[in-house]
Amino acid sequence: MEAGDLLGLLVIGFSAGMLGGLVGGGGGVLFVPGLVIFLGESQLEAEATSLLAMALVAVVGAARQGGYGNLRLRDGLVVGVLSPIGVGAGTVLANNLPERALELSFAALQLYFAYGLARRALRSPDPP
Amino acid sequence: MSERLGRLAVIATVAGMFSGLFGIGGGTVIVPLLILWLGYGEREATGTSLAAIAVIAALAAGAHALYGNVDPLAALLIGLPAVGGVLAGTTLQQRIPEQAVAGVFAALLMASATVLVL
Repeated sequence: MEAGDLLGLLVIGFSAGMLGGLVGGGGGVLFVPGLVIFLGESQLEAEATSLLAMALVAVVGAARQGGYGNLRLRDGLVVGVLSPIGVGAGTVLANNLPERALELSFAALQLYFAYGLARRALRSPDPP
Repeated sequence: MSERLGRLAVIATVAGMFSGLFGIGGGTVIVPLLILWLGYGEREATGTSLAAIAVIAALAAGAHALYGNVDPLAALLIGLPAVGGVLAGTTLQQRIPEQAVAGVFAALLMASATVLVL
């Protein structure tokens, strides 16, 4: 590995973690391209490796948010533990629906969430 | 089953579904639903989402490891700087208004939806 690639990994890793900490995600959106570009991993390897890195980041981030009083651990664990049913359903669906239908339905859902959150962002500030 | 637990189960299933469909962690789905559906504050939603993602990602990484596709050294190379990043991000998040957190998230969702449609 060249020094430039190592630097790239450090920068994209830090950025992914920073974004994850801000918005409550694991950073996989940036990990996957980072691993493909700077380490030459295949898409599949990058997704698998990204998941391990995400688990590490999410544990540290959740613990830190716990320290700030922003963690409802029981709810988080319930969502995590119950998710495999959905993962199975999603995988089956993904293999039986046209890809374009998946993209458009996900985009529609994201826009719906964005609308709700934008309304919250634009509300008048809470009294101090 | 209580209504609250039922809602958490739906969030878990939808997040898992999108994770399986699109290879994402699920935060895109978990954070807005905790806020809009369970009345969470923005910071609480992001903190709780991280705990859920830790479980989801660990389970999924374990499954991928069975196929031999996980590279632990590479995960550390990109994951250790990311641990520094997540500490910086959560610290920064405590110092900005919750509305700004909702705004950043809304912008991120709109950008991501645009990429999907195009």
